[in-house]
Amino acid sequence: MPDSLVIKNLNASIGDRPILKDFSLTVPKGEVHAIMGPNGTGKSTLSKVLAGHPDYTVQSGEAFVDGEQIIGLEPDVIARAGLFLAFQYPSEIPGVTIANFIRAALVARQAKGAPFDAKAYYAELYAKMDALKMDRKFTSRFVNEGFSGGEKKRCEILQLMMLKPKYAVLDETDSGLDIDALRIVSEGVNAMRGPDAGFLVITHYQRLLDYIVPDRVHIMWDGRIVHSGGKELALELEEKGYDWVKKDLAKA
Amino acid sequence: MAEIDDNLAQREAIEVDRSKGDFKYEENYAFDAGVGLTPATIDYIAKVKGEEEWIREFRQKSLKIFQDQPMPTHWATADLENIKFEDIRYYLSKGQKPVRTWEEVPDDVKQTFERLGIPESERKFLAGVEAQFDSEAVYSRMKEELEKLGVIFCGPTEGLRDHPEIFRKWFGKVIPAGDNKFAALNSAVFSGGSFIYIPKGVKVAQPLQAYFRINAENFGQFERTLIIADEGSEVTYMEGCTAPKFETATLHSAVVELVALKGAKIQYITVQNWSANVFNLVTKRGVAEEDAEVRWIDCNIGSRLTMKYPGVVLRGKRARGEVLSIALANDGQHQDTGAKMIHAADDTTSNIIAKSISVGEGRSTYRGLVHIPKTLANCRNNTECDALLINEHSRTDTYPAISVRGRKNSVQHEASVSKVSAEQIFYMMQRGLSEGEAMSLAVNGFVNDLVKEFPMEYSVELKRLIELQMEGSVG
Ligand SMILES: Nc1ncnc2c1ncn2[C@@H]1O[C@H](COP(=O)(O)OP(=O)(O)OP(=O)(O)O)[C@@H](O)[C@H]1O
Ligand SMILES: [Mg+2]
Repeated sequence: MPDSLVIKNLNASIGDRPILKDFSLTVPKGEVHAIMGPNGTGKSTLSKVLAGHPDYTVQSGEAFVDGEQIIGLEPDVIARAGLFLAFQYPSEIPGVTIANFIRAALVARQAKGAPFDAKAYYAELYAKMDALKMDRKFTSRFVNEGFSGGEKKRCEILQLMMLKPKYAVLDETDSGLDIDALRIVSEGVNAMRGPDAGFLVITHYQRLLDYIVPDRVHIMWDGRIVHSGGKELALELEEKGYDWVKKDLAKA
Repeated sequence: MAEIDDNLAQREAIEVDRSKGDFKYEENYAFDAGVGLTPATIDYIAKVKGEEEWIREFRQKSLKIFQDQPMPTHWATADLENIKFEDIRYYLSKGQKPVRTWEEVPDDVKQTFERLGIPESERKFLAGVEAQFDSEAVYSRMKEELEKLGVIFCGPTEGLRDHPEIFRKWFGKVIPAGDNKFAALNSAVFSGGSFIYIPKGVKVAQPLQAYFRINAENFGQFERTLIIADEGSEVTYMEGCTAPKFETATLHSAVVELVALKGAKIQYITVQNWSANVFNLVTKRGVAEEDAEVRWIDCNIGSRLTMKYPGVVLRGKRARGEVLSIALANDGQHQDTGAKMIHAADDTTSNIIAKSISVGEGRSTYRGLVHIPKTLANCRNNTECDALLINEHSRTDTYPAISVRGRKNSVQHEASVSKVSAEQIFYMMQRGLSEGEAMSLAVNGFVNDLVKEFPMEYSVELKRLIELQMEGSVG
């Protein structure tokens, strides 16, 4: 499928421990899909395997960004192919300012030697920071160094908005955000929704999905999707908890 | 702040502009002292240079010291044993650089020139293809300007011959021949380098560039530099350039002496990028009199082994000394660098910031010495040494020797070792940076606060150089 993020029968492990078990999912462009699931079920693993993290071994399966197979590619190649990951635990990069970091990421997407329009860049950066209610002082802070949990998440969304990927995986972006920040960050994501972008939102809580209303909700259990539905599935899950999923599974 | 980032953006746009020079093919009126080192070699050098008897004697005495002193392998590295002193040519004058064709220059060296944006006309010289780079024109224009100010800017032979009243007094006094084995070697066979005198109160606005001067003469393996800044004067001197020097000569041993008289300021900047076969063993020291300031900015990249510990003797009250250094050791390289601060008067202050980066199997060592005797009061030293390891095979060692006596003096010492983790690299690559770009960003981040202190064109060159090194280190 040319206009989708397609994951097909993915089996991946860390060491000799299998985590993703025949995982399949398709996110068409223009849609927002949510993944919910208990701790340790493999949600972050899925995001890292897609992004090409070297610690994980893929035994079998494929993943496509608009028809381009990405499994086995280098992380930077996957990123430039259009997949963005907002990390659950973003890394700190001492000495590198946010402004220079995002700039380097944008330059990496340009043709070699092409001129960089610094003025337009700063205008856009400031506009996006204003939208996220981030103090402009942050441009000269070092990437994630000494940031509060919420500031880190906001910084991830700032990068997302600046890099404009085809598909973004948001791994628990809501954790660590206060109520106001949750709304602001969600508005940022909503502003990016449209026919040219697809989102895979990993979360534990309905409250994020109140703001970023998903087209589909999937429940992940033990390395694969076991249930899919509309946005009401998240509400159902919140009401009944995972025990319900477990019983359901036992029945099957 | 935002302004800082804009500044950085502007910086990146600035291209390094080195005036171009034409090449000329030198007639073969060469002098060559042959291989090996004996008293006859020394006599030969002194004779060719037409030096006075006292210089010849100074050279001979130094040779004796060199031969008598043991290799400093007891505290430094055993790799020094691998230098074959008997195979070295100690004196080659004009026209005697080993000649090779452009085709023989390795591709990676050519690519590096390309990437660094070295002007076409200079590439052949730097690659050792051209015998002589004639930058005479640039140099004499610069010299004319300086002469109006009364500044003397020449080589050691000229300096000692034409201005003995100025230079003889300090020559070999800041760093005596007996200081260490390699200072002795340099004292015996020195050739090329810069002798500079800045008259009282003269503040030289433009940095003096060794680049043109030394090229106009010949690239010295055994350069000798002496800078005297008279009372209240100021000067910045820049040595080296970021192009890799592709040479067959494997031993470089320079001596640099700085004298900042009352209230004078000297800033000495070095950015060197040696090829991986070079032993770079250099002695650098400055004397700062009352209210004077000596500042060393020293960036060492490449070489097989670099041993260099710039120092300042704080001889007058309120004198200040500073060493800012960056060393990058790639696979198979050892950067053994550091700083020495000798406090010898009250109210003197010194500051050392040393950053080292070890990549692959690279090894960096910091050796510091801070000495404040108990008879002094109100002396302060701040030492900060930070090491960055790029992967688990690289290595760093820190040997700070701080002898501070007396209750009225203060010293502050901080050291850190950090690593670029696989998670950090993955994070940056997830944003679209290649592994090499990610590593050079991390390294540039590590040296960032120090590089801000450098003159702009040097910081741009250094950044580019780090990028090249990191790209090259990715398998
Ligand atoms: N690098 C690793 N080393 C060892 N085990 C790992 C590693 N990464 C993940 N795991 C294990 O794999 C399983 C899945 O982890 P993952 O982080 O994908 O879960 P998750 O669904 O994101 O959980 P949470 O909701 O808590 O974020 C967990 O049991 C975890 O301990
Ligand atoms: Mg997780």
